[in-house]
Order: sequence, then C-alpha cells, then structure tokens
Amino acid sequence: MVLDAAHGGDDGGGKFGSLLEKDLTLALSVRLRSLLAARGFAVVTTRESDVAVAAERRAEIANHAAAQACVSIHATQTGSGVHMFVSSLAPQDPGRIAAWKTAQSAWVTRSLALEGVLNSALLQAGMNVTLGRTALPGLDSMVCPSVAFEFAPRGVAKGERPTTALDDAEYQAKLAEALAAGLLAWQAEGREP
Amino acid sequence: MSMVRRIQTGLFVFLLVASVAMAVVLWQLRERAHERLLAGQDSAPTQAPVISAEERATLLVANDADSSMQPRELTLPLPQDDGSRARVILGKLLDLYALPDAAHPVAGGAAGIGQVFLLPAENLNGPVAGSVRSVGPAEASLAAARGATAGSLATGIKGGTVARTADGGPQLAVVDLTSAFVASHPSGIAAETLTVQSICATLHANLPRVTQVRFLVDGQQRATLAGHADLTRTYLASDAGPTEGTNP
Repeated sequence: MVLDAAHGGDDGGGKFGSLLEKDLTLALSVRLRSLLAARGFAVVTTRESDVAVAAERRAEIANHAAAQACVSIHATQTGSGVHMFVSSLAPQDPGRIAAWKTAQSAWVTRSLALEGVLNSALLQAGMNVTLGRTALPGLDSMVCPSVAFEFAPRGVAKGERPTTALDDAEYQAKLAEALAAGLLAWQAEGREP
Repeated sequence: MSMVRRIQTGLFVFLLVASVAMAVVLWQLRERAHERLLAGQDSAPTQAPVISAEERATLLVANDADSSMQPRELTLPLPQDDGSRARVILGKLLDLYALPDAAHPVAGGAAGIGQVFLLPAENLNGPVAGSVRSVGPAEASLAAARGATAGSLATGIKGGTVARTADGGPQLAVVDLTSAFVASHPSGIAAETLTVQSICATLHANLPRVTQVRFLVDGQQRATLAGHADLTRTYLASDAGPTEGTNP
C-alpha cells in the first residue's frame, strides 16, 4: 500500500485557522500506516515528516512500489465528512504505452473499484461520504488503483453543519480505522480467484 | 553696511520677479497642453449605446454540502458576441458564489473572470481522448494566436473578448481568471473541482459548441487552482453536467 500525505514543507496546502493541511494529512498518514503495518501490510509512504515532495516524485514513489492501492490523503474545511475522488481521465486500454500525465487512465476502472470498497467501509463506520472525479497532479500519473481521500469536518448527517474539528484525535482514529478496514477488504478482494 | 543691504534688496527683487515670471510661463504651458488634449479628443457621440436584450441563461451552481451542481435559470442582459456572453454568464455565476449565504462560497465575484476567449477546438492537436487531455504550457497561447488570425471569420482579440468562428464546429473556451480570485479560493479537492466543473458546465449549457475548456490565471498557465485542481489540463465541458451528491 502507498500512503501519500499531501503537501509538506513550504507547501502548507490549505490553511484552516491555526491548522495546516500538511500537518493534518501527515497525522492521518502516520496513524493509518501504523494500523496497516499492524495488519501485516507492507506500507510505503511518500513522506514521514514535514518535507516538500513534488507531485511527480509522489507518483514515482507509488509507481516504483507497484502497490495494490495508493491513497492520497488531503484535508479541507469545505463541506463535511469524507470526499473521495478518482482520476477524471477516461479509462484506456492497459496495453497502450502510457503518457506520464495520463498514466492513471489504464487504472481508472480498478481505481473506481477501490473507491467502491473504501466507500463501503467508510459508510459502515458511519461516515458521510461524497464520491467524485477530479484532475489532480500526481494522482493522474500513478499506475496503481488510486484514490484521493479528502476529509472535512465531520457532519452528522447530510445537510447538517460540520461538527468535529479536523484535528480531533478521535475523528482521525475513526477515519484511519475505516480506511484500514477498507484496504483490508480490498486486499481480500484481490486474492479472490 | 548700506551697500550690503542694497545688494540683498536687489537680489530679493530679482528672485521675486523670476518666480512670478516662471509661474506665468508654467501656467501658459499648462493651458496650451490642456488645449492640445481637448483638440485631440472627439467628444461627439458617434455610436449609439447598445442595450443588450435580456435572455435566459442557465447556470450550473455548485453546492459544497453534497458536492452537487444544480441548474438555475436566470434572465440576464446578454451581448450578442459569444465571448462577451460567456464572460457575462460566468461573471454572474461567480457573483452567486460571492453572496454571503452561497452554498459554494468563493470571494471575488464577477471580477474574478478576466477574459473569455473562444477558439476553434479543432485547431488543437487532434481529437481529445478521455475526460481531460494534457496540453503543453504554450499551447493555449499558440491556440489563441491561431484562433485570432486563422479561425474562419475570426474577429480578433479586442476589449477582453474574442474570436467568433462561423464554421459551427466545436469550440475551445479559454477562461482567464484573475490572480485575486484564485488567491481567495478555498483550498480543497472538492471545492476546487466544483468551481472548475461548474464553470465548464455553465459554458456548455449556454454555448453548446463549447466542448473544451482551458484555464489561465492573469494570462499565464498555472499548475493548480488553489493547490489541488489541475489547471494545466483541457477539460471536456460536456462531461461536467449537473450532478447529484452521493451521500448516503
């Protein structure tokens, strides 16, 4: 598994009051890495500290790892719950030579399947989930099933105001647990004949 | 002593006369410059002001609560030129986002749209494959130059809008956002993607020939909108229709 904590170093990402997106994504990445390692996963992370990593470098790390799944972690103050995105590239024949900026096109179908499995796990954990497609630098160059996972303040139900802060430890633990369960299910699905 | 006093008095009188003379000369120069300026201007009204007729426009308005876009019909005074229409319609969309109770709040309003260029889409390198397509950094500028000079019946770039093609083919819209709008845009994949998609869908809903959309910021290519949504891509406008949120 590849965990990509977005932003870092000079690139703070979004600024939400005193919170920086780069710190929130790293915190969740570290927490999730521990959970996955405890379940026997080999986990590769794009960063383990507050360092800048270019989008291209993140994709290189993911592509070298030949991972079963790549999860790019982001945070936002907009909306509520979890937003999950798959590349908006149109699916293409995996046999074709992939251009760097559209390499993910051969994996979009698998990425959508991964998104579905993670969505089920998050819903089971009581999370409010929104699914979508996006053009995200880095994600579009990954040659593995990849999703961008963006967490917002938790909303209790659709339409209600967000309640839980982004840096709430209990909220982050719940997100990490749900993601770990989803990735475990994804791995199990991959082993099925 | 009296000799020194006479010299001082003489010097004072001389400086006073020189100051008055310089003031008179400067006043005369100013008057002449003003007359030259007025002579160069033709203030006679030679063209009647054009009052645009009110027409219906469809805006695809984003909602952060469920990451959806909903169509909203409005009646607006719209110019006849397609580029100007696109600019007015997108300006109205951003005005809605700048309202205090906006469901997708983004500061800036209509001033966030610098220019909208409409170019023949077929002038770019071949057909578009997929939802988004990579385009080199200089391609939009080159396309703008080609569209303004080689597009059929192109009218040229003037006054912030451009280039109308009369061949009825698909068009590429180049939306030039202002850096002030981009700087004030909320950061996040969902928020940025919604802004991009609502602009694309609104353009396509009102100008069906617009099938592709590219973004510039202050006339320059920029990597992302606010750290996430890729602005180096060409977006397919027809893919960005109304959506429903997928919340449970």
